[in-house]
Formats: sequence, structure tokens, C-alpha cells
Amino acid sequence: MSTPTNASLATIPIHAVGEKSSAFEYLTTKKDELLGWARKFSIFPYPFVTACCAMEFMAVSSSPYDTDRFGAALPRFSPRQADLLMVVGTISHKQATVLKTVYDQMCEPKWVMAFGACATSGGFYQNYAAVAGVDRIVPVDIYIPGCPPRPEMVIDGIMQLQDLIARSRHPIVNKDF
Amino acid sequence: MAAGILDRVSEALAPTAISAAIAHGILVLTLAPEALTPVVGRLQSEFGFDLFLDVTAIDWLPQTPRFEVVWHFYSTEHHVRIRIKARVAESDAVVDSLRPRYGSAGIMERECHEMYGIVFRGNDDLRPMLLYEGFVGHPLRKDYPKDREQPLVPYIK
Ligand code: SF4
Repeated sequence: MSTPTNASLATIPIHAVGEKSSAFEYLTTKKDELLGWARKFSIFPYPFVTACCAMEFMAVSSSPYDTDRFGAALPRFSPRQADLLMVVGTISHKQATVLKTVYDQMCEPKWVMAFGACATSGGFYQNYAAVAGVDRIVPVDIYIPGCPPRPEMVIDGIMQLQDLIARSRHPIVNKDF
Repeated sequence: MAAGILDRVSEALAPTAISAAIAHGILVLTLAPEALTPVVGRLQSEFGFDLFLDVTAIDWLPQTPRFEVVWHFYSTEHHVRIRIKARVAESDAVVDSLRPRYGSAGIMERECHEMYGIVFRGNDDLRPMLLYEGFVGHPLRKDYPKDREQPLVPYIK
């Protein structure tokens, strides 16, 4: 990435050089806020559901708890259209390859939620078959403990993820802007 | 009725068995591994045990012979079960396959093979089923380390 040396080339300084341009800083912050706000209310989940936690996932997605309030209601069964990979249940080593492929197929920006004790740490499965936590394979943004977690915990997890999205940077042109 | 058939079976097969007893309403026959095929053949053709329920193994480490292979059969005619056990040594953990008699045995023998390393002579399809190609060892053996992992995806940290 080359730094523009001739300031007359760019009317908006894409890269703040030397002393930081306050207009640029302001714009970046506002753009991140706007994108963060938009993205935090459109978390389309990809449910990677493998085990008993699925029951709780169904409970939390149905009307009494209504995750649609957070824009996270519509499960997308294509990783290309999903923003949030929800790993719900135990992941075995044999299945880890599938999970990794699904994660790699998702478009940026993407987040990963480890739903339940098994996805978080392997739970009580510490043996030849189970992966002791999906964060060994894919980077995880939010962990929800519980075997299975209560719907309130899941909703709290989604809200914390929303905060995380709202607070993070959202580069759209290059890594700086 | 139920007891009647088990009595007849144990009367007919006790001479070929090491022991025969009724436990919890199930006839338990302990056999030498060589006696398996003829005994099962008679059970199926003479006594109507037409349903193969399961084959599994027990690792009796440190006893010798180390493994005990256990089969269960059911008769849909008489509504009774029968259990067959045979001890095999670790160095020669081979028993006859029952796939020629019971088609469903093939799958269960595959599972028993990958978990315990029992070889079923005559079953040419002993590929891993629940485990994966490249898995080393037999995880339900007592000497498989309980925390040994063989990941397929490299860990990121
Ligand atoms: S955390 Fe508990 S409920 Fe969830 S998949 Fe694991 S064992 Fe099942």
C-alpha cells in the first residue's frame, strides 16, 4: 500500500499522513458508526447445528423470545449470505473440516458465536472424538456458556455481539477506511 | 413359551458352548471363537433367531485373553433374545464375520473394528465409519490415552 506523497492528488485524504486530519478522523468515525449501526441490526445467522443445543436454538429463535428484534431471525443456509456463524453443539474432529469450510466460505464481515458448553470448550467431551472448543479451528467472537444455554443467555450474547459490532471498525475501501 | 424356546436352545447348544446360563431373561452362551459360525447357523436356521441386534466388544485389560466379543440376536417369532460371548487374545483378535448370514452385521462389525480393533474374517469392508481415514489406534481400547486427539483441521493456536 503506497502512501500518497502529493497531497493534491486526493481531495479526501484516504490515509492520514503526518499530523492527522481532523476531517478524516471525523468522517471515519461517523462511517464506522453508521456501518456498525446497520450491521448490528442485520446479523443473518448461519446455524451450524449439530447436537442437543439445537433444541435451545429452536426455542430461542421461535416467537416467545423472538430474535427478530435483533435482526438475527432469518437463518441463512448458505454461508455466502450469512454474517454470523452460530456453532450450536458438539463438533467432532470429523466434522471440523466441514465447519472450517463453511467458515471460509462466508464473506467478510463475519462473526462466530460458540453456542453452549460444547462449542465453547468441548463441554464434558474430553476425548478422541470431540474438538475441545471451536476456537481451536475458527476465531470466535462471542461465547455462550451453558449446557444448553438459557434463551436469556443467548439473547444476552446476541446483544453483546451487537455492541461489539457497533464498537468495531468497519473498513470498506481498504484496511484504513 | 419364551422360557420354552430358551430351554430348547440351551439344551441343543450347551455341548458346543463353554457355558450356558440365563441372565435377566436372556440366554447367555459363552463360546470358543471357532464355534461361532456353526452355533449362529443353527440359531438362525433351526431356532428362528432372525434379527441381528448388535456386535460389540469388551476390553478386559489386563486379563488374558484380553477381548470379549459380544453378539446379540433376537427372534421375531419367539420374542426372546440371546447373547453370545467369545474371548479373543490381543495378538489374534479375529472372529468370523456374520455378514454372510445377517446383512446388517456388516455395519456393526465395521464399528466394532474401528473402536476395538477386532478383525472380522470374511468382512472385506472394514473401513472406518464413525472415525476417519488416517486415525491411528482404536479409541475404545483401555490403553488408548483418553486425551489423545488426532485433529483433521490444524489448530489456530
Ligand atoms: S452444551 Fe450441552 S446441550 Fe449443548 S450440545 Fe453440548 S451437551 Fe448438548
